Amino acid sequence: MSATSRTLYEKIWDAHVVEKRDDGTCLIYIDRHLVHEVTSPQAFEGLRAAGRKVRRPDLTLAVPDHNLPTTARVGADGQRLPIADPASAGQLAALERNVAEFGVPYIGATDAHQGIVHVVGPELGFTLPGTTLVCGDSHTAAHGALGSLAFGIGTSEVEHVLATQTLLLKPSKTMEVRVDGALGFGVTPKDLILAIIGKIGAAGGTGYVIEYSGVAFREMSIEGRLTVANMSIEAGARSGLFAPDEKTFAYLQGRPMAPAGEDWERLVAWWKTLPTDDGAVFDASVTLDAGTIAPNVTWGTSPEDVVPITGAVPDPESFDDPAKREAARKSLAYMGLAPGTAMRDVPVEHIFIGSCTNSRIEDLRAAADVVRGRRVSGGVRQALIVPGSGLVKRQAEAEGLDRIFTEAGFEWREPGCSMCLAMNPDKVPAGERCASTSNRNFVGRQGPGARTHLMSPAMAAAAAVSGRLADVRDLVPA
Amino acid sequence: MSGRERIEGRAYPFGRRNVDTDVIIPAAHLKTITRAGLGQHAFETVRAEPGNVFDDPVYAGAPVLIAGDNFGCGSSREHAAWALVDMGVRVVIAPSFSDIFSGNAFKNGIAAVVLPQAAVDRLLEVACAQPVTVDLETMSVTTPLQDRFVFEMDPFRRECLLKGLDEIGLTLASEAAIAAYEAATPSLNWGRPLSLSTA
Ligand code: SF4
Repeated sequence: MSATSRTLYEKIWDAHVVEKRDDGTCLIYIDRHLVHEVTSPQAFEGLRAAGRKVRRPDLTLAVPDHNLPTTARVGADGQRLPIADPASAGQLAALERNVAEFGVPYIGATDAHQGIVHVVGPELGFTLPGTTLVCGDSHTAAHGALGSLAFGIGTSEVEHVLATQTLLLKPSKTMEVRVDGALGFGVTPKDLILAIIGKIGAAGGTGYVIEYSGVAFREMSIEGRLTVANMSIEAGARSGLFAPDEKTFAYLQGRPMAPAGEDWERLVAWWKTLPTDDGAVFDASVTLDAGTIAPNVTWGTSPEDVVPITGAVPDPESFDDPAKREAARKSLAYMGLAPGTAMRDVPVEHIFIGSCTNSRIEDLRAAADVVRGRRVSGGVRQALIVPGSGLVKRQAEAEGLDRIFTEAGFEWREPGCSMCLAMNPDKVPAGERCASTSNRNFVGRQGPGARTHLMSPAMAAAAAVSGRLADVRDLVPA
Repeated sequence: MSGRERIEGRAYPFGRRNVDTDVIIPAAHLKTITRAGLGQHAFETVRAEPGNVFDDPVYAGAPVLIAGDNFGCGSSREHAAWALVDMGVRVVIAPSFSDIFSGNAFKNGIAAVVLPQAAVDRLLEVACAQPVTVDLETMSVTTPLQDRFVFEMDPFRRECLLKGLDEIGLTLASEAAIAAYEAATPSLNWGRPLSLSTA
């Protein structure tokens, strides 16, 4: 790094150093802290035990998402319906007690703004360029789409941020992922990030903060960038960054928690200085050509197990690395797949369109475009659409998307994490297969024994109407 | 391990390698809302094995756990450290640890002590009949049979463990610097607060 040329990451880092220790560790100021019900109870418990307060409740925002059932939350009498699972109900009740006791701004379970933390932050303008943003959740990387240095933290760190509004951190290495060219017909940001993870591997970004650059990302919508940044962690990187640009400003202006008036003008002027300088050096660089990417699906139990939909289940013996060979054998046994099977011949019983990766309005529109005038295939036992937030849900309903889905045989649910990690009642039964727009196909992620194939919303919709993994390009004319 | 430099007592001669955090505390216990009480579920799958060290009354309440390579790999769940604290474990000795686990352990007052495999093998043998002493001041592990193994430890972590300092307490000692940063950055409170419900 030269003294004058800095990357976007270095500029945000430098602007947040409160103190620098001799060993290079820095006390970094945290501008924004999102809190949810799963990783926060022990943090508040720790504050209480030590007699500490939340230092900056005004920079903190809490919202429940992981545990909430996605069925109706309010009864016909207008009363809130109880949560059946006592452990889930307990985590929600603990969050409600804690935010009241510590004075933390809170979006409640039945609030119109409730949703998945990583959908709520950007859409309310809580997430802003040039900020540091944390949350006790690994997909916090998503907020990097708006040029925020955002990363997931553990519960002790949640407590540390609540008490001090800072974190002790060592700087990361930087990696540029440059994608030039244009995505082809039917190819989405989800397909691109799956291709990137397939290329660099699930641990390829470990120790790095990724910056996404190149024409393909510049042309991408903010919602697409949120999908890409979200999955940075699946490539091992704690954060993924996009340089703030006119698209970012247009997206944020007027959002309920975004600055306005003079503040807005002043901040936009600063945000325009943040993009990586010419001549700044990255520790690593990866390039891809967008034009070579097809709609992708996963075949195994790691997000790096990516194959184009036109491809086939790989033969474990084809991998050079013995560890990889063994992992592939295990994955295929778990997934119930034989080497050489065409991906388009794989039947699915469940469809999940949702999660912080793909549950925003563009995602639902893309899925609806495929579903319109078609029906969910008879072999599909459950097809869920779970909007990322109450605002997304209402927008979709205003556009009539809910009717397209329900008429086709989908269930239209309340916002939350849902089948992404199956902490609530939405689970894929053991041995059954799900086409999912979420971000992790780990063993048991969607329920014990569940088999997950990751893909884009359009591809999940194509699978729903086909009853098997399908190439969306065969269903929608170019 | 608030403010104590010597931990003396029996040690679980566990010795297993690649113990992941699922083994330390199974996922079924992650929906808890408190750090306390996880100890009873720690090593549940190991405890299902007859003759396991965790149910052997000889080691009940032992403050030291001796394990194999790569202890604490897998999921980053901090519950693994909480479960060990709840069991009364204050030192884990192993040839290597996963980074995330050793960070979580330290944050919860557990010393993750790295010793070479040969030293760990010897301690596993001795621990079956003898107590061990871990001294953070001299950075050594000793036994009544005259064994003495020295280890290294990050100076900052060692000091925190020795003084019983928690990281938050230390950071709060930088209060002046944090307040100065906030004062110099008037724009922190950028957003207009959304009117939020608390239900
Ligand atoms: S939707 Fe899935 S990945 Fe996103 S925050 Fe919820 S559980 Fe985590």
